[in-house]
Amino acid sequence: MLELIHFNILSVLLFSVGLYGVLARKSAILIIMAIELMLNAVNINFIAAAAFKHGGGLFTNFDGHILTIFIITIAAAEVGLALALILRIFRNKSTVNVDQFDMMKL
Amino acid sequence: MNMHLVIFSVISAVLISCALGVVISRNIVHSALFLLFALISVAGIYLVLLTEFLAIVQLLIYGGAIVIVILFALMLTRNEEYPRIQNNKLWPIAGILSVLVLITLSVSYFQSDVIRNASTTISPAGVKSLGSSLFTTWAIPFELASLVLLVALIGAIVIARSDKGGN
Amino acid sequence: MIGRMLSYQLLCSDLDTGATVRFMSDYFQDAVSTLISLLTLFSFLAVMVLSLVWLERKALGRLQLRLGPTRTGPFGLLQPIADAVKLVLKEDIVPNDAERVIFWVAPIIVVISAFMLWVTIPFTPGIVVENLENMGLFYIGAVGVIGILGLVLAGWGSANKYGVIGGLRAAAQLISYEIPLIMVLISVAIVTQTFNLVDIVNLQSPVPFVLVLPLGFVLFFVAGLAEVGRTPFDIYFAESEIVGGPFVEYSGAHWAVFFLSEYINTFAIATLTVLLFLGGWSGPFLPSIVWLLIKIYAVILLIFWIRGTLPRLRIDQLMAFAWKVMVPLSFYLVVCCSVYVFYEMPWWALTVMSLFGLLAVGVIIYRYITAPARKVAEVRERLRSLQMTQEE
Repeated sequence: MLELIHFNILSVLLFSVGLYGVLARKSAILIIMAIELMLNAVNINFIAAAAFKHGGGLFTNFDGHILTIFIITIAAAEVGLALALILRIFRNKSTVNVDQFDMMKL
Repeated sequence: MNMHLVIFSVISAVLISCALGVVISRNIVHSALFLLFALISVAGIYLVLLTEFLAIVQLLIYGGAIVIVILFALMLTRNEEYPRIQNNKLWPIAGILSVLVLITLSVSYFQSDVIRNASTTISPAGVKSLGSSLFTTWAIPFELASLVLLVALIGAIVIARSDKGGN
Repeated sequence: MIGRMLSYQLLCSDLDTGATVRFMSDYFQDAVSTLISLLTLFSFLAVMVLSLVWLERKALGRLQLRLGPTRTGPFGLLQPIADAVKLVLKEDIVPNDAERVIFWVAPIIVVISAFMLWVTIPFTPGIVVENLENMGLFYIGAVGVIGILGLVLAGWGSANKYGVIGGLRAAAQLISYEIPLIMVLISVAIVTQTFNLVDIVNLQSPVPFVLVLPLGFVLFFVAGLAEVGRTPFDIYFAESEIVGGPFVEYSGAHWAVFFLSEYINTFAIATLTVLLFLGGWSGPFLPSIVWLLIKIYAVILLIFWIRGTLPRLRIDQLMAFAWKVMVPLSFYLVVCCSVYVFYEMPWWALTVMSLFGLLAVGVIIYRYITAPARKVAEVRERLRSLQMTQEE
């Protein structure tokens, strides 16, 4: 039978894969992709928790879904801004590798 | 045989393998393609959880807009390094760290009270009740989110526009 | 095997009433009937595409004072079949530098998204693969976006400068015009208070929505033209500028797939215009499906007429038109519809509000078109006054 723990484990797996991507990749765009994976892991967790919830208690049955909607909204804003920044840096440095973004180093 | 479990396992397998494809693939456009398939399988997971509304939102915002914007940025920042990309030199440490996070989180989930107290059936979320909750209890955060989107839109335009064409 | 389980109706269950209980055999019956209806849909769309190809060549020919196809079959009716056979028999060339996987996947993404759109479009209340009762309109808005990715990937994958430019243009254009399209869908949903396409058509029985939301009709039609890349908006594969854009390296069957999905999308936009604004299948005397087809073909002839008449826009004009005219007016339309619903006004009030928006579109387009003429007149005026001062 399908239970909450299945979704939690799936979400943890996805989160770790995304974390590996964020830490191991050099290209800023790939790091953004990995961050999207992590955000999706969190979303799966929220929705699973809301769907497997008993009635009553502090939170209603929709709070998980609504938090997910907000996360998706903020993710869209974040991707737009981050890619604009990357384009800007690419114009100055002609690279998108994060280890070369060291203009502030003395 | 449980139909739900089978569907869930198939979608999860696709999701995790596509996610691995995103972080392992050596070709950046292949990564973006894998990301698209991963995000679509997340929409499938939402369908298993009987939240059709969020599945379509996922398809629309992630599958459509975000992946296209990422592809757009890929094409605009093209140079000789593409499509071959390199990892950080310290990538084994990153792998160890993520495995540690994986183990820690899984163990804490298995020991958590929330899991034991959870219901065993999926309660579906109707669109109407979701909408009325969004526009009554969560009205102010909703408006703030729209403000955030507006600020991000203007900020992105200001940051990304070129200095030369400013007449 | 016979254990009871939760129903797993993709997207279509009325979830507010809770999940129902079903038997295993129901799944197989569902699967078989869905498969049959999908195959029927596929063959229907294939026939429609063939008819559209013939109609387009014939209508364009007449507009350009030609005859169009005449040799193959009576009135050239067999011409599309001859075209299809030619395309399939052509050599399918894959460039050496192309990303093979992406080159193969891109047409599939495009055609799948074109077909997925049709799953929920009803021809009559009975003839529909799966009428998504809670989600129909929303689903249509969401699935349309996926096809853009196929175009971008096709442009990238074919390792060609024109392809990449075309892909970038496609992404910019299609995302920009998706916003007014979805906003118009939302306004219709606000007025009708439902996402169900069958209900939306039934609500138009006294007054079709083209009279209630004239602005919505125009916005939807223009944005729809841009979404399928019909002629004033075909800059992302403009043959005379970027030699076919994302399709430049495709040939034979692959190119035929893009062609097929383009025509399916054109047909879908025409059908949606009819369903949302022109009263769908309702009409006197004739059976409903005949009325629907008559209306769809009228809209399609309008699209071909526009193609035969208007020149292509430039990319900056196109983006400016999307962001400075279409998007604000679609937001205005949403506000109008909300006001109309909130204060429970009579329907003609919405018509009046909507007409103001339409007037704004007309004025803006008129001033834009006449801008060069006004500039010339102004320069002449200044020149004349200069000459007069010199003579004095």
